[in-house]
Amino acid sequence: MNYFFQYLVYGLQLGSVYALLALGYTMVYGIVGMINFAHGDFLMIGAVGTYFIAKAFEGMRIDGTYPMLIVGLIILIAMTMTGFVATGVEAIAYRPLRNKPRMIALITAVGVSMFLENFPRALPFIGPNPRSFPTLFSTNVLKIFGATVTVTQIIMIVLAVITMSILYYVVNHTKVGSQMRAVSMDKDAASLMGININRVISITFFIGGALAGISGICYASAYPQVDVYMGSWLGNMSFVSAVLGGIGDIRGAMLGGFILGIAQIFATALNSTFGYAVGFIILIIILLVRPAGLMGKLVIEKV
Amino acid sequence: MSGKRIIKSIYPALILVVLYVVITTLRSVKVLNGYYIQVLMFASINIIMTSSLNLVNGFTGQFCIGHAGFMSLGAYGASVITSMVFKNAPAGATIPVYLLGLFIGGCVAAFFGLLIGIPSLKLKGDYLAIVTLAFGEIVRALLRLMKPIGGARGMIGIPMISNLGWIFLFLGIVLYALRNLIYSPFGRAFIAIRDNEIAADAMGINTTFYKITSFVIAAFIAGLAGGLYAHVVGFIQPDSFSFTKSSDFLVYLYAGGSGSLTGSIVGATLLTILPEILRFLSEWRLVIYAIILVVVMIYRSEGLVGGKELPFLRITRKDLYGGTLPQASSAGGKEET
Repeated sequence: MNYFFQYLVYGLQLGSVYALLALGYTMVYGIVGMINFAHGDFLMIGAVGTYFIAKAFEGMRIDGTYPMLIVGLIILIAMTMTGFVATGVEAIAYRPLRNKPRMIALITAVGVSMFLENFPRALPFIGPNPRSFPTLFSTNVLKIFGATVTVTQIIMIVLAVITMSILYYVVNHTKVGSQMRAVSMDKDAASLMGININRVISITFFIGGALAGISGICYASAYPQVDVYMGSWLGNMSFVSAVLGGIGDIRGAMLGGFILGIAQIFATALNSTFGYAVGFIILIIILLVRPAGLMGKLVIEKV
Repeated sequence: MSGKRIIKSIYPALILVVLYVVITTLRSVKVLNGYYIQVLMFASINIIMTSSLNLVNGFTGQFCIGHAGFMSLGAYGASVITSMVFKNAPAGATIPVYLLGLFIGGCVAAFFGLLIGIPSLKLKGDYLAIVTLAFGEIVRALLRLMKPIGGARGMIGIPMISNLGWIFLFLGIVLYALRNLIYSPFGRAFIAIRDNEIAADAMGINTTFYKITSFVIAAFIAGLAGGLYAHVVGFIQPDSFSFTKSSDFLVYLYAGGSGSLTGSIVGATLLTILPEILRFLSEWRLVIYAIILVVVMIYRSEGLVGGKELPFLRITRKDLYGGTLPQASSAGGKEET
């Protein structure tokens, strides 16, 4: 039983990373209709960026840990940075291809992903070597139901849930959110209603990038090592969770992220290789039963 | 059959033979070293892979983004035959065993192609794409679990039998077979499904059957390419067939131009050679490669070749009817390319 709770905590922790990243996939998919394979690399930029930002604030550490306010500031800067990277990528690489077949945008995304991984790798001050991530949150340990839980894990999970709630509120109850939903339903009609589509898509990419930045910080706090290739497999897993939940649906992305995170941890406890594959196996089973994912609605093609 | 037609039907093969002779001559006079030959072999294997992917993505209009999974199955299938089952075969039997291995590898991949083709009944577009991605990753994970064939460390000591001659031979056969397939009535059904699945269904094409067939054929060819690859490098491991590898083939396909075999040839050749040419840039190599790729996709979205075909990779009505177009088909409308 102790093990059960222990694994559950690890699962929630990994699930919150997946969920935050999957939200970006699902939002971009819902609005532009493209699979952004470079999304995982936004996570990497968030994590690697945070490493350097934290280094810049090194002088403000008290007893080896950062004060709460500085941590908040670091997270905010990192989020803004990844947000702008995502917006920039959209403006440079994806915008010209908006009306082209989807596969073309997907190949461009592969190219962008290659660029985002190899550009920092080629920069002399970043390079290919892994670095150890600074401790941002308290490392105190609590005992809950016999499981060892660090404060970092609690902060991560709470942070993820808060971010998702804010996002849910923004999408469903604000003007920008209703513009987003309008653009995802019908771009042309939204444009006729006076919505600036480019602006809405930029905002979407900004939010997606910022969420990827947070998930990068979460991931690196839990597994404190950052390198330039960390984004690609995390990106794939989060994409799987977005599809699992029903791509294009925000609640689905959260649900899919947590399901996948928990399943992966439990399977890894059995066998490490199996842990990686279990996500894909669940995905195939769910898609065979519900072809549009857990929350997704199947669009019936009319002639 | 007139003499002209015979020449026409064999001159594509002649091109490959001439190319082979030129390359071996250059090799023997030491203009090309082993490294260039290896790059050429990889380029040819990539052409085989890309054109098989083209059958699914470019001609049938399905999305397969886990093609490296089929390649790995073929590579492992062939290697198990050559380096485990018939390990102690007599020296004279090397080539038959090699060919058997390639065939078995192709069949293993084709069987899994059938398995993955079945979900394509239910799933469309991006959902099908993600299932093929998942398939590729599951295959990789399962191969890592199988200890008798090396597990995660991979298989070593595969006889390096594949040389440029064998690879060119198979490249020729594959391109010839795909061309004839695509321009046959059978292959026209694939293109009909790509252009409009509902209309194809309404015209009495069994879309499910054709979609699965295209997966199976593409998987077989990919398995063959995997077998060739394993016998070039002599060492395979599950991780060399990851999603990165699949996305490489997608990049070759779409950068060259999907829906045209010429596009696959151009895309795979150029993009295999380009990173090698850029080697002098060391760390910046893949950055420049990525920039070139994105720029090509933005400014030439239809691919470098853009759906055109070289004359010998195309069968026109003129070829089929020997120069005299029947009245019905010439009145039937435009020349299809």
